[in-house]
Amino acid sequence: MAEKLVIIGAGMASGRVIEHLVEAAPAAYDITLFNAEPRGNYNRIMLSPVLSGDKTYEEIVTHDAAFYAAHNVTCRFGERVAQIDRASKTLTAENGDVIPYDKLVLGTGSNPFMIPLPGHDLKGVIAYRDLEDTEQMMAMGQGSKVVVIGGGLLGLEAAAGMAARGVDVTVVHIMPWLMERQLDEAAGFLLRKALVGKGITVKCAANSKEILGQDGHVRALLLDDGTELPCDLLVMAVGIRPNVALAKDAGLAVGRGIHVDDQMVTSDPDVLAVGECVEHDGAIFGLVAPLYDQAKVAAATLLGEPAAFVQKDLSTKLKVTGCDLFSAGDFADAEGREDIVFRDPSRGVYRRLVIENSVLIGCVMYGDTADSNWFFGLIRDKTDITEMRETVIFGPAFQGGGSVDPLLAVAALPREAEICGCNGVCKGTIEDAIAAGAADIGAIKATTKASASCGSCTGLVEQVLAATLGDDFVAPSAATVCGCTDMSHEDVRRMIKSQKLTSMAAVWQACGWKTPCGCHVCRPALNFYLLADWPLEYRDDPQSRFINERKHANIQKDGTFSVVPRMWGGITTPAELRAIADAADKYDVPTVKVTGGQRIDLLGVRGEDLPAMWADLNAAGMVSGHAYTKGLRTVKTCVGTDHCRFGTQDSTGLGIQLEKILWGSWTPHKLKLAVSGCPRNCAEATCKDIGVVCVDSGYQISIGGAAGMDVKETELLVQVATEQEVIDVICAVTQLYREGGKYLDRIYKWMAKVGLDWITEQVVDNLENRKALVQRFELSQSIYRKDPWAEHAATRAQQYQPLADLSLEAAE
Amino acid sequence: MSNWIDIAALNDVPKRGARMVKTAHGCVAVFRTGADEVFALDNACPHKRGPLAEGIVHGLAVTCPLHNWVISLETGQAQGADEGQVATYPARVEQGRILLDATFLRSRKVAAE
Repeated sequence: MAEKLVIIGAGMASGRVIEHLVEAAPAAYDITLFNAEPRGNYNRIMLSPVLSGDKTYEEIVTHDAAFYAAHNVTCRFGERVAQIDRASKTLTAENGDVIPYDKLVLGTGSNPFMIPLPGHDLKGVIAYRDLEDTEQMMAMGQGSKVVVIGGGLLGLEAAAGMAARGVDVTVVHIMPWLMERQLDEAAGFLLRKALVGKGITVKCAANSKEILGQDGHVRALLLDDGTELPCDLLVMAVGIRPNVALAKDAGLAVGRGIHVDDQMVTSDPDVLAVGECVEHDGAIFGLVAPLYDQAKVAAATLLGEPAAFVQKDLSTKLKVTGCDLFSAGDFADAEGREDIVFRDPSRGVYRRLVIENSVLIGCVMYGDTADSNWFFGLIRDKTDITEMRETVIFGPAFQGGGSVDPLLAVAALPREAEICGCNGVCKGTIEDAIAAGAADIGAIKATTKASASCGSCTGLVEQVLAATLGDDFVAPSAATVCGCTDMSHEDVRRMIKSQKLTSMAAVWQACGWKTPCGCHVCRPALNFYLLADWPLEYRDDPQSRFINERKHANIQKDGTFSVVPRMWGGITTPAELRAIADAADKYDVPTVKVTGGQRIDLLGVRGEDLPAMWADLNAAGMVSGHAYTKGLRTVKTCVGTDHCRFGTQDSTGLGIQLEKILWGSWTPHKLKLAVSGCPRNCAEATCKDIGVVCVDSGYQISIGGAAGMDVKETELLVQVATEQEVIDVICAVTQLYREGGKYLDRIYKWMAKVGLDWITEQVVDNLENRKALVQRFELSQSIYRKDPWAEHAATRAQQYQPLADLSLEAAE
Repeated sequence: MSNWIDIAALNDVPKRGARMVKTAHGCVAVFRTGADEVFALDNACPHKRGPLAEGIVHGLAVTCPLHNWVISLETGQAQGADEGQVATYPARVEQGRILLDATFLRSRKVAAE
């Protein structure tokens, strides 16, 4: 018969304990879960995204009612435990129920520390701990004022979250700089600058004296220099104290927290404790990683399996948008310690290493944290860095003598380094799979799921294979970009992102190009990768573009060009048609043809005439149709509800909206869309790269069609209810394709590599990610959504003329 | 006897780019490399007479925009497996100006026209 297990506190650690138990031995225990908060387990560290509006509470629930029901967990939420009687192995609930246990797990967490300032009991003075606190902060809107006391991790996330909602936030911090436990002064300064840039007022070295109230509600914070900071809400985020009251009353050994041994057992062998309430070997815990370790150990102990909790070095990453910082280890000044500091003020990059006895013991990084894993590994493994003392500050790419050897960089990664971001597979897991016999990429995919989703880490996985197996590993010769390099497209894209390469010269240098300036194969690819990944930093290089994209027209076999003005959604007017006819007459256009993309092609235009013809078309209100680009071509439509007796939605209007949002964007290959107003599909949406078919109840978005060398039918991505969702999903999937696609892969080829499931996860299931993709697309479009014809006609017309005309001179 | 004539400023031709010069006997493409050398070649690929001035310039070569033949700017020879040659003409840069040899330009054969 199952033993009775009672867990007090539904937090992140106890949630994991339950997960491990029901997974390993579902029948071992009858579990009863008490929680003082009137709800079950949720991901407390995600409260900050809830506050900033990036997530909803529902999205951060880790275990819902269905989970508890499925695993027979008896839930007593909103109920406190009054006392524990260890002698009789029972506990008493608030309502007087007496519940027996065989084993008890304490997960009572911690209480926020409230500074006992005068006025701390006023209404509107809160901590930042649970959903109720978060909801109070979310109730603050544009124009309200909030003071946050405490410039640590939690306080700053609270401040940034409210500032994102338009709240006027002031952070009051008693120490001279922010996050003084994790950052040194210089990094604290950069962080402060970034927060001030977000409109947050930061007061450091500020002592709070009194909280002023009016009618029982907070009105302002008074500092000891006499400054009054008016506020509608005051948030104290100054620290936490392990919640030991219940354990102490029960006579368990407690210090700052509840004492536990390596097996997470308290001074009573039938009582365990996990999470923020425990004290292990003198330490207490606030970050999530050790809590998860504790949960694993506690579950094992409960099942009678050997396991021991070991404290590890901890690193911290603060993820407030735009403030990228990392810190690990010890970086206080002390005798015998040396510093290496690297600063790049224009990029806002700061990096400091602390070295003692030739070993790295501390690291602070701000602005560029790409190499943080590698540095953390050096700290944890106590690597002797004498050999690389001079270049260590520049990171792993600079070790091993000048040229980049990706294999060495991979070999240097710690076992915990994440290789596959999609499936959360770390290097150690892959190495274990290799030790168990996996010898190629297929076997790794099958056993660990690494590189089985988006595939962008395939190169990395192969390098782990090579580094582990040595000569036994025969790498499938990944197709290189071209003869200029040994790297594949995927390798190059990864280098551009991870090494923040923002110019063509930087790519050639960092990726060891063998030619001085590339060739006609790699240059257009690099130009696209750079402008897609760094829309603000990189400037498009016309000389690296195929002639069609350089001259914004399609070259024909006789060296003349074809000109296709845009017709939004295939809709035109008599005035536009007259202007096109006039241009055809004026520039002796030999052929006028209607295209498959619902517009008109003027073929046989002389290169010299292009700017003048464009100016004429511009004057009639027309812009480039981009019929020549690896970018958005057309959005084909049918007449939908405007005229058609079968139309279910305004397909023409939606097509025009889509075209106006997407035009000008560059993609790995051409991008053609269509919107059909009903399933009769007159716009042939199901053989486009992205197609929309309107139905009575909404819009079916499908992707990956083609009607060229290959003929493919699209596959359904999602059905949505509103035009706005159509637009968001399509922008997001376009951006995803831009960020990950190999140059010259149409969507169907990209989809074959990454899988429709993964794309669905990224743009349909994960709303936060969809939003971020849309934002990145919009950022890029702020640069590229413009008419190149108008620009060239106005500023570059001269380039279209002969450099010189010697025909007269020569005819003398 | 050479007869150097001033055609244009070096900066009128983009780095790794080309512009076309009209002559009585057809067009000549003037190339500028990444290292600021200049070359003059017939503006017609030996394959299908593609306009070389519209190609992508890389190293000391240009790729024809029509069918990706790669032509050496120094010799006019098609590279790799392709066979063919374009006429080349003397060209140089002096004090930021591009100079071509008019004697050569006048004497050039009309490229298969």
